[in-house]
Amino acid sequence: MRISLFIPCFVDQLYPNVAWSVVSVLEGLGHEVIFPEGQSCCGQPPFNSGYWDEARSSARVTMKAFRDADVVVGPSGSCVTMIKIFYPDLFKGEPDELEARELAAKTHEFSSFLVNVLGVTDVGAKFAGKVTFHDGCHGLRELGIKSEPRALLAKVKGLELVEMCEAETCCGFGGTFAVKYAPISTAMDEVKCASILETGAETVVSNDSSCLMQIRGMLEKEKSTVRSLHLAEILASK
Amino acid sequence: MATQSADFQTLSRRYTADKGFRAFIQKGMSGYYKKRDQNKSNFQDWQGARDLAAEIKYEAVNHLDKYLLEFEEKITARGAKVFWAQNAEAARDYILKVAKENNVRSIIKSKTMTSEEIHLNDALEKQGFGVFESDLGEYIVQLRKEAPFHLVFPAMHLTRRQISDLFQKELGSEATDEPEKLTMIARDVMRQKYCEADMGISGTNFAVAETGMISITENEGNARLTTSLPRIHVALLGIEKVLPKLEDLSLFLPMLATAGAGQTMTCYNTMYAGPRQPGEPDGPEQMHIVLLDNRRTELLADAEQRDSLGCIRCGACLNVCPIFKNVGGYSYGTTYGGPIGSVITPHLRGLKDWKHLSAASSLCGACTEACPVKIDLHHHLLQNRRNGAKASPSAAEKVAFGGFSLMMGHPALYRFAVIFGRVFQPLQSLVNGTILDPLRAWTGSRKFPTLAPQSFHQQWKKDRGGKK
Amino acid sequence: MTGGRAIILGRIREALRNNPAPRPHTSHSQSEAAADHNGHAQREWLPKVGETLPERIDLFAKISEGLTTEFHKVPTIGAARELLAKLATESGWKKIGSHSHHDTDALLEGIGLPVVRTEKGYAIDDLESCEAGVTGCEVLVAQTGGIMVSVESAGGRALSVLPPHHVVIARTSQMVPDLTAAFEHVKQKYGKQFPSFLSFITGPSRTGDIERILVLGAHGPKRLTVILLD
Repeated sequence: MRISLFIPCFVDQLYPNVAWSVVSVLEGLGHEVIFPEGQSCCGQPPFNSGYWDEARSSARVTMKAFRDADVVVGPSGSCVTMIKIFYPDLFKGEPDELEARELAAKTHEFSSFLVNVLGVTDVGAKFAGKVTFHDGCHGLRELGIKSEPRALLAKVKGLELVEMCEAETCCGFGGTFAVKYAPISTAMDEVKCASILETGAETVVSNDSSCLMQIRGMLEKEKSTVRSLHLAEILASK
Repeated sequence: MATQSADFQTLSRRYTADKGFRAFIQKGMSGYYKKRDQNKSNFQDWQGARDLAAEIKYEAVNHLDKYLLEFEEKITARGAKVFWAQNAEAARDYILKVAKENNVRSIIKSKTMTSEEIHLNDALEKQGFGVFESDLGEYIVQLRKEAPFHLVFPAMHLTRRQISDLFQKELGSEATDEPEKLTMIARDVMRQKYCEADMGISGTNFAVAETGMISITENEGNARLTTSLPRIHVALLGIEKVLPKLEDLSLFLPMLATAGAGQTMTCYNTMYAGPRQPGEPDGPEQMHIVLLDNRRTELLADAEQRDSLGCIRCGACLNVCPIFKNVGGYSYGTTYGGPIGSVITPHLRGLKDWKHLSAASSLCGACTEACPVKIDLHHHLLQNRRNGAKASPSAAEKVAFGGFSLMMGHPALYRFAVIFGRVFQPLQSLVNGTILDPLRAWTGSRKFPTLAPQSFHQQWKKDRGGKK
Repeated sequence: MTGGRAIILGRIREALRNNPAPRPHTSHSQSEAAADHNGHAQREWLPKVGETLPERIDLFAKISEGLTTEFHKVPTIGAARELLAKLATESGWKKIGSHSHHDTDALLEGIGLPVVRTEKGYAIDDLESCEAGVTGCEVLVAQTGGIMVSVESAGGRALSVLPPHHVVIARTSQMVPDLTAAFEHVKQKYGKQFPSFLSFITGPSRTGDIERILVLGAHGPKRLTVILLD
């Protein structure tokens, strides 16, 4: 399959290794991966703050970058949600509404793509250790992703998955919320990190780098030894 | 920043800093989660029930005039009086008039958030009427001169010690740390009040159009006593509470109990079809229904958010909201807090002053998932943000996002900004966490990640050459 | 005082005119559910209620006991009287409230206590000082483990809630599966002349208002006894 890679702006800037992990897994399964360089940002930050005209500008760049794509895959529940769930709303009544809907239909979150489109759960990964999984809210509630990451982790050799009590509780990132309402965001992060530590896991995994940024940010500040990794990085481990 | 928004920042900062308080609230919720889940699993299909509830409310709200008229016709035929109150003042004035005309001196109330909304108690007390809250939680916050903390559990923020101290001070009772003893103290006080009161004021959970009934859901029995013994019964309800058919209650009563309190059914669910009828041995001589608009019709006019009027005030969204659990009910500064409050308050009280409640959310969607009538709560928060930005945009944000979209719209600009960011980061690390640090909202409690030496864009280009 | 009736109705109509709201996203077919259950779609989703009377009585027993309702199945009215006499002695009842109804009348025969009868009116203080209230009921609801009372079947509004112990005498023929059936019963029995008061009573009175901890006997009765006659 010819897969077009959708790499969110902050993965591009902060966590390019996550992007490479996605490439590695997809190519390892025999697919052709291309990266349309015209992409920048899906438009979620202005969209979330209510500036939909500005969001449309960014979104149009994304739509243009993926115009010729057969299928689009991205390692972020929140950014894929922006395209799949919110582009149709954002472009309602606009001349390019149809194109927005077409892009929404052919875009997939990485774990969902592997399990539901490719029908694959075992990608031949090896990762020893105790791991707990954080369900990013967008992926969980907008895209319905819950069993897919777990199905994939179950096939990783040497990996032991322990569920935390607050797996489905928001980590507190929420985009600009993390900064505008920092005390609340911090409080939510505290609840999440406490739940992670309670499991005794050595690594926390998520399918959203923005959540990982929030979680890792606090764990590192508290000098915890718990690592935070993206699901793609686990799946690319050999 | 408008005062309400600044107040929210101040209060939320205070409450989130109090870890003991947050843990206490979380503990209160955790018992509820277990019971709620157990009761949900007793349903043959909870999701099917939600779908049906959403459809019934859709029918009711989208034909509101029809069902309100049917309700009014049926219940007035039984001798009740129906007063249509445009706003809070009209509602208060009517109730005051009824009290004065009937030589009422003492008033007993059962739990009604609608009366909080219209500031009824204050108005009654100012006119010299004694007003007693009979619901235990409401009674406690009334004694403390506080507003209810939560839609359904008004005093859940207080420890038993605080309640004991309160009763000692206000009632002269003995100190005790047993919830049962504290409850009995309140019970004894209220018993006299029920027997003496001239007027009972209640809320309404549902109004049934088909049979002209109002339905009240409770556990304590105080609403039944409030509406049985006094000679006048006044029932307050928002216009949106009407349901088409009596049998709709067979779905809503169990769902309200499950979502609101983790119970199969609450202890008492009572339907009233008018004042005392000929031949009946007791009950009020007069029944007054006060239908309240108070800008609900504005929410009705917003077709995108109209489903919010389907709210059954169960509090389930508050119970799952990570913001509510960490900031508590008082941070919101308004009658209805939590997710539903954040959605409807801009409509009921003004977008400009209250849009910040819609911003103070990570949009996790737990509320929408929990809502028994499937209100699209978290998406409505987004819509409020959009409406707020259009109506009264923040100059700073408009510039920032204008710049952002300009940058993201032009790959060359984006790449330049990226390089600039890499120059900027070492400078930021010099002031990290200090007052000069522009990222200190983040760095105060979390480490900020380092920009990768090269972006993925750059690495891909290098590694894969011109391959597009 | 007509209030804002015309204004509010005008606002409602204006709000709804040519302004349709999106339908809720639903994935369960309510029309199919309704077809399967005689128009009562909710029966597809609400908890199961058993098919036979014995199953329903068992379900009622299980749920009501979980709520600390004291549930007794007795073979004869004589046995019911014995049970009541025992309660009266154990609890030291000095005065009870009741109403005239052939089951309550039969139950109270020979009780040997003053009885405040409510059906023709009563003094509140008289009722308030009763230790128990003995009533009939409209139906028992298997699905919820609770009963439904009305003005006629429970001697008015206050008798079943003011005294601290509520005793109900009922027959197995009054058992209905669920709330839907309870409402059907009410409609069939009363037509359009509903009593002004109907109440589902599901256990003794309770509150969770202090630290969300359950306490029994908040304002209503602390004890609920249901005596079921065959």
